[in-house]
Amino acid sequence: MSEKRLLLGDEAVALGALHAGLSGVYAYPGTPSTEITEYIQRSPLARERGVRSRWCTNEKTAMEAALGMSYAGKRALVCMKHVGMNVCADAFVNSAVTGVKGGLVVLAADDPSMHSSQNEQDSRFYGKFAMVPIFEPSDQQEAYEMVAEAFALSEALRLPVLMRLVTRLAHSRAAVEVGEPQAQNALAPDDERTRWVLLPGNARRQYASLVAKQADIEAAAAKSRRNACKGGWNDKKPLGVIAAGIAYNYVRESAPAGLPVFKLSQYPLPAHQVQELAAHCASILVVEDGQPFVEEQVRGILDASYPVQGRLTGELPRMGELTPDCVAKALGQEGGPAFAAAHNLAPRPPQLCQGCGHRDVYAALNKVAAEYPDARIFGDIGCYTLGALPPFRAIDSCVDMGASITMAKGAADAGVHPAIAVIGDSTFTHSGMTGLLDAVNDGSAITVIISDNLTTAMTGGQDSAGTHKYEAICLALGVEREHLHVVVPLPKNMDEITRILREEIEYRGVSVIIPQRECMQTLGRKLRQKKAKEQ
Amino acid sequence: MNKRDIKLSGVGGQGILTIATVIGEAATAAGLQLKQAEVHGMSQRGGDVQSDLRLATDAICSDLIPLGQADLIISMEPMEALRYLPYLAPDGTVVTASHPFVNIPNYPEESALLAELDALPHVVRLDIDALARERQLPKSANMILLGMAAPFLGLLSEEQLRAAIARVFAAKGDAVVEANLQAFDLGLSHSQQTVSK
Repeated sequence: MSEKRLLLGDEAVALGALHAGLSGVYAYPGTPSTEITEYIQRSPLARERGVRSRWCTNEKTAMEAALGMSYAGKRALVCMKHVGMNVCADAFVNSAVTGVKGGLVVLAADDPSMHSSQNEQDSRFYGKFAMVPIFEPSDQQEAYEMVAEAFALSEALRLPVLMRLVTRLAHSRAAVEVGEPQAQNALAPDDERTRWVLLPGNARRQYASLVAKQADIEAAAAKSRRNACKGGWNDKKPLGVIAAGIAYNYVRESAPAGLPVFKLSQYPLPAHQVQELAAHCASILVVEDGQPFVEEQVRGILDASYPVQGRLTGELPRMGELTPDCVAKALGQEGGPAFAAAHNLAPRPPQLCQGCGHRDVYAALNKVAAEYPDARIFGDIGCYTLGALPPFRAIDSCVDMGASITMAKGAADAGVHPAIAVIGDSTFTHSGMTGLLDAVNDGSAITVIISDNLTTAMTGGQDSAGTHKYEAICLALGVEREHLHVVVPLPKNMDEITRILREEIEYRGVSVIIPQRECMQTLGRKLRQKKAKEQ
Repeated sequence: MNKRDIKLSGVGGQGILTIATVIGEAATAAGLQLKQAEVHGMSQRGGDVQSDLRLATDAICSDLIPLGQADLIISMEPMEALRYLPYLAPDGTVVTASHPFVNIPNYPEESALLAELDALPHVVRLDIDALARERQLPKSANMILLGMAAPFLGLLSEEQLRAAIARVFAAKGDAVVEANLQAFDLGLSHSQQTVSK
């Protein structure tokens, strides 16, 4: 145990999983979780061991496949960004009812402050909801070590373990001391059918077993070395702190000497340790990134009159990620800027790359939409969401993966016309296909644009599940041949694209237009690689 | 001096993460503690990007630099240097490229922007893109900037940084290593002349 490597939090999780004898990672790309799977895909150890690592179509297929691998006795990892938990929730919650065989770790990377997301939902609620253990490492070293602990606990309790990261740990690099790889599990499918066939009779038994395991997961958290009392707990203090996950680092950055701190990295929240801290301190400040998950529970554990501070009482901001600054302020420490904000400063929002095919799609759409004052354009999640910003200002909605098609359909049902959906290739296979089938079955008057750049671009150019299959998928779902068009989004083709758009808007049924041209980023990368090979 | 907190900034695609990689490589080889928070994802598409790089001889707690504590702002773009002023320590230094990268309609007036930069107590700025073009080192502007920052990195010597450049670019061949070392030296001598004035 001596080698040190400079790793992102994501990479520490990946290497931790590989060293814990991982047999498969299942994931859909999503910031800030993407680098976990990418690390495994590049890892020579993973190749040597035949670790399964291709991208999945969405988080639900990922979660189910991982459960299947666990059923077969092997260790599996599922990775996603926080909103991916919504997509796989059915499989995730029920995997706690069936239980697991090989260790199963579900990693959710939360994005408080919404750096690259549409909300800041806190995945710990999912863990509590599904009644499974939750691990929340505070730094890269713990991220590496706790993956192995999560696999071991998963197998000991026969439950999936949820591991939660936040952006600032997922995307921060530090030196990590790494150990030796363990062997992978042997193939050993589970023979206990009554666990896995969740007919009501079996499900009631399995749920009773899950309820009975709650005492064990509480005991595991209460004795976890990841949960620790730091600072002076001897005499009565005015203030004590509960610091969850990465919050522990911010507290340490500015905590006065002797401040009693309960460092929390494994859940359920150990009630006894909370009571003990309260017995030593006149008040408690709860510091946690995301929503007030611990803070609300602490209020339930302690007397109503006991003063609990945190995001709900205003000592910390109600929303947004923690910073060393807001934590220092909550601890009553001096600090803050020496220089005021600059005057000569303008926001610089992200934008579509020069030469990007989405630009040509929006140029055409805006041209045609200007002819239809009632037109509504329903957007989706990906680089093309930037079409909402100037200079295009082209889309009217962006809610969740796949919602462009179904919202356009519902709006068309209500009488909106033209109702146009814009969705990327990867988002279409992730969650758009089923909605398109609904629209076809209803004969909804919608125009769907699948803007196909042959990759999952927003997250850095990962393989897209349906590349070269979009026409076949649309035809198979029942889109009529004469209302399915593939075009090349380039300025020289603008007349053709706008003509097709006008015709299909006039058609009162489902039409699909697929502008298809490779992403500038992946194209550039391929050219650079080719050049490097030639040299 | 036992710590250096560095804000790296620029516009997506300008190569600030390569600067971070070289400093990180040098710091790791020197046995220093290091934390580096990066921005990935949406903000890389032509938007503002920044990275918090913390070096220390002792353990580092927060991955993020607190307000008013950055010893150094290293920026590939002058307005992006100004964006992080609230993080600069009272005696901190700004090392920045001086040529604006204008990809927004409301970019501030250049002379006012540079005047605001020059009013800061410790600033080193240079049109690194023009110098890189003039010396035919078009891909090494970021290493000119690193050279400019080298005298202020404190915990790392110029030699340690040169060795790190050689290791980071080794896979790309001797010519690339040589170009980047040359760029580093150009930036370094600019800073030395500016400071000695």
